[in-house]
Amino acid sequence: MVNPAATQPSTTSATSPPGSDDGTDRLGDRAAFIRTETIRLIEIAKVGHYSSVFSAAEIFAALYYDVMRIDPARPDWQDRDRFLMGKGHAAVGLYPVLGDLGYFPMGLLDGYAHLGSSFGDHPDMTKIPGIDFSSGSIGHALSNGVGMALGGRLAGRDFTVFVMLGDGEMQEGQVWEAALSAAHHRLDRVVAIVDRNGFQLDGGVDDVIGIEPLAEKWRAFGWHVVAVDGHDVGAVRQVLREAKQGPRTGIPTCIIANTVKGKGVSYMETEPGWHLGYLEPADGERAVAEILAARNGVGA
Amino acid sequence: MSATLEAGSWQYRALNALNPGLDHLSDGLIDLVEAGHPVVAGSADLKYSNGLVKFADVHPDRFLQFGISEQHMVSAAAGLATTGAMPFVATFASFLGLLCCEQIRMDVAYTKLPVRLIGHHTGIALGFYGTSHHATEDISTMRAIAGLTVVSPADGPQLRAAIRASAEWEQPIYFRISRGRDPRVYGDDVTFEFGRGIEHGYGADLTFIACGTLVHPALEAAEALRREGLSVGVVDMPTIKPLDEELVRLVAARSRIVVTAEEHNVLGGLGAAVAEVMAEHPSRARLVRHGIADEFSLIGPPTHLYRHYRLDTAGLVGVAKLALQ
Repeated sequence: MVNPAATQPSTTSATSPPGSDDGTDRLGDRAAFIRTETIRLIEIAKVGHYSSVFSAAEIFAALYYDVMRIDPARPDWQDRDRFLMGKGHAAVGLYPVLGDLGYFPMGLLDGYAHLGSSFGDHPDMTKIPGIDFSSGSIGHALSNGVGMALGGRLAGRDFTVFVMLGDGEMQEGQVWEAALSAAHHRLDRVVAIVDRNGFQLDGGVDDVIGIEPLAEKWRAFGWHVVAVDGHDVGAVRQVLREAKQGPRTGIPTCIIANTVKGKGVSYMETEPGWHLGYLEPADGERAVAEILAARNGVGA
Repeated sequence: MSATLEAGSWQYRALNALNPGLDHLSDGLIDLVEAGHPVVAGSADLKYSNGLVKFADVHPDRFLQFGISEQHMVSAAAGLATTGAMPFVATFASFLGLLCCEQIRMDVAYTKLPVRLIGHHTGIALGFYGTSHHATEDISTMRAIAGLTVVSPADGPQLRAAIRASAEWEQPIYFRISRGRDPRVYGDDVTFEFGRGIEHGYGADLTFIACGTLVHPALEAAEALRREGLSVGVVDMPTIKPLDEELVRLVAARSRIVVTAEEHNVLGGLGAAVAEVMAEHPSRARLVRHGIADEFSLIGPPTHLYRHYRLDTAGLVGVAKLALQ
């Protein structure tokens, strides 16, 4: 199954009214599915990165259910678009997407984090169909993506490499080695997406080691920079489509997605300590109810 | 400057005159391209030092310049490998085996991607550049990484043969090569088999097990000792992982003394790998691990350093005689 929307020209405006029939409702539903499945899976492991997934849920949804050229029946298809996660600790939110799309039977996720499971806190490309690169050590992914784009160019293939980076990840030096390299090699089909949720383990990113002015940094490294509200799924889809389908300029694109860590669960949104945690079952049920209630309000 | 001019540049001519062994690196890669393999070679601002300028001149579209970004180069090579390319990336072994250790572990070995890493100027070959540029720990770090093959060829022709043979070897490989000045041990028709040591003579009294730059002096030392009536053999052990354990056990069964010789710390290197096998399969043979004795090397001209650390022919003869007393 080739994602049909991925081959369509972009016609959507960046601001999508709620309840319109342009597909954003479905993407919003998938983002809610990502959040509720994340709560379900972390309940199995008893610890996980809820809030790191919640800030990225709309981005996952827009990429996998709309923008990327993928075929779940052929996870190794060389012409597919690629998605890499520098913030590999959000993989628990990507697994349900891959299962939902048919890369593997959804039931496999019931063994999440069990002894010998393919599915752990960080993604393993050798064990999970649909994972384009393993990660876990922050700072490598943009380099991996640059290599893929160089390989695609050599092989004469026209695919796009999307690399999601955490905002704390901007503190890793290798990110900037990769940023220099992508601009130098004119890799305009490399798209970095910075999940700017503002928090890392030890606190606010700007308190730990500040990264602003972030857009200016990427511009200074030779990238085209776009900012977007990372929870407006229509706008996210729009900027991702433009980055993928835009004219070949030789300039890579960095999307700074302004997001809320823990988005969708009110008490996580206001408590940065939720980077790594565990919800007791009753709290998990309340969180799921809040996420679903927010979706039920859409278009009503 | 065009690529055509570069092969005739003073840098290239000077390099080629001094380090003819490095030609074999590029030649091996050119062989692979001619055989239809999708080779891509990458360097981190050292294409004159490692001789890849020759490959870049022949196949400019297949050469990637990464600049002084070694960690990025390794991670990008892994990304390249996912697209079907056959990446070879080279930099000083001191940087590759230590600075890039984690990128090699996570992006190359854990992912089981067929990336070929070329660590050059191993051991103390960079003389007065000092400890930052000496690589006396890279065998130790690389062989501790699951699934990574570690190869230390004895000379240029064996390197070229190993590079050609790597097309049929699926695992990621760390090649440990020197500076291209190694005296020839083998002819141009030498072949290479991963995981196999090569025997040079039978030693009832003593056998050297050597790798890389120490193979040639070990052969000369064995010859000198044989002239004194001793029965001395040499094993060239170019594949340090997976180690030819069968050959180690065979040598330990027939020689009174086994001397490992390497341009590396005796901790974690070839000597340690041999010691592990001999400890688990006891024999009457005594093991002497010879190399750098857990210290940071002095600086100086390489030949002076090899003499100082008894890593030349005379030094190996002395080490052997001490062990035979």
